[in-house]
Amino acid sequence: MKRTTLDLWVGIFVTAGVLALFVLALKVGNASNISVSDGYRVVAEFDNIGGLKVRAPVKSAGVVVGRVEGIALDTRSFRANVTMRIDKHYPFPKDSSASILTAGLLGEQYIGMDGGGDEQNLQDGDRIKLTQSAIVLEKVIGQFLYGKAAENVSGGTDKK
Amino acid sequence: MINALANGIRLIGHRTIEAVWRLGAATRFMGLVLARSAMAFRRFQLTLDEIHFAGVLSLIIIIVSGLFVGLVLGLQGYETLKRYGSAEAVGTLVALALVRELGPVVAALLFASRAGSAMTAEIGIMKSTEQLSAMEMMAVDPFARVISPMFWGGFISMPLLAAIFSVMGIFGGYLITVVIIGVDSGAFWSQMQASVDLRDDILNGVIKSVVFGAAVTAIALFEGYDAPPTAEGVSRAVTRTVVTSALAVLALDFVLTAFMFTGV
Repeated sequence: MKRTTLDLWVGIFVTAGVLALFVLALKVGNASNISVSDGYRVVAEFDNIGGLKVRAPVKSAGVVVGRVEGIALDTRSFRANVTMRIDKHYPFPKDSSASILTAGLLGEQYIGMDGGGDEQNLQDGDRIKLTQSAIVLEKVIGQFLYGKAAENVSGGTDKK
Repeated sequence: MINALANGIRLIGHRTIEAVWRLGAATRFMGLVLARSAMAFRRFQLTLDEIHFAGVLSLIIIIVSGLFVGLVLGLQGYETLKRYGSAEAVGTLVALALVRELGPVVAALLFASRAGSAMTAEIGIMKSTEQLSAMEMMAVDPFARVISPMFWGGFISMPLLAAIFSVMGIFGGYLITVVIIGVDSGAFWSQMQASVDLRDDILNGVIKSVVFGAAVTAIALFEGYDAPPTAEGVSRAVTRTVVTSALAVLALDFVLTAFMFTGV
């Protein structure tokens, strides 16, 4: 094969390969989504985080505003400390609340932020006081069963 | 009785020593290839030739098999996900499967059988017809002139081939599920984009393909260089290249996956 044709083909191949990588990055991956490299950090304390993972999204009204950066257990209170980084374009009032929610029936867990009414906004390193833990299915079923049992007992005594 | 036992143990020892010796030889061989690779970059035309041979000529098989793997994944994924009422997640399934595993692994297996075997045969025949010795006689270093460019050609081609394979596979999945079956196109892409991560999935897939490319090319070149200089020896070496590369790719894939996709 002639030198120039060979070079042309190698050029086409390399261009196609690099293009494929770009397609993977931009069209398939989420490189175009926001990456929260600069934002402020807030910590929320939860009784139970369920299946929350690092890098899980933080959403407010369904909009992704940040990511979970770290999860640690406080060994004095035995509660979970969840560190979140929130985009600096989204300021939240100081009395905002955070709850752990699930996307769909089998979906991943994320943190939902509900804005409060405070005049001041959350600053870097602040703690969110109002939190709602993840729903643990076993506990819900347990409560339901206890409730049923109690109902039956009281129902039984009524009949006597 | 005791003699037979001793012979058995001796055999194990012999095999072990041989394996370690070969591993050492392969390591020294790779060291030489890397140390003498200056020419492969100074006379880049040599490497370009190898990219043409290993990459461009593998394009057809990579594109066609990528397309078919995507078609099958889309079809199977759709049939299964339909039962759970989440047929839109088929985009996620196809993209994750291809980018994380199938793209690098299947492309590496195809690359080993298409380009790796040819590299082994070329080096083995050059050695058995004493072309390599002739080069040395003429004060041309066969490592710098022949083997290093081959290594870098394979090393550069493999990640590009894997990326093309993945893209073709995703295109195949799109074709079968969106165009033919009629899954919603917006949901297909948005669910895919929501769950495929640039660093965790795509970058790790690229790292895998780079590792596989280096491993397959290194195995092919060493088997060729190490082949006994006979027709039978070369043919055995080609077979060994394909078998060893396939095993190495699958084993490395397990190790890399264990490091990349487990834990927090």
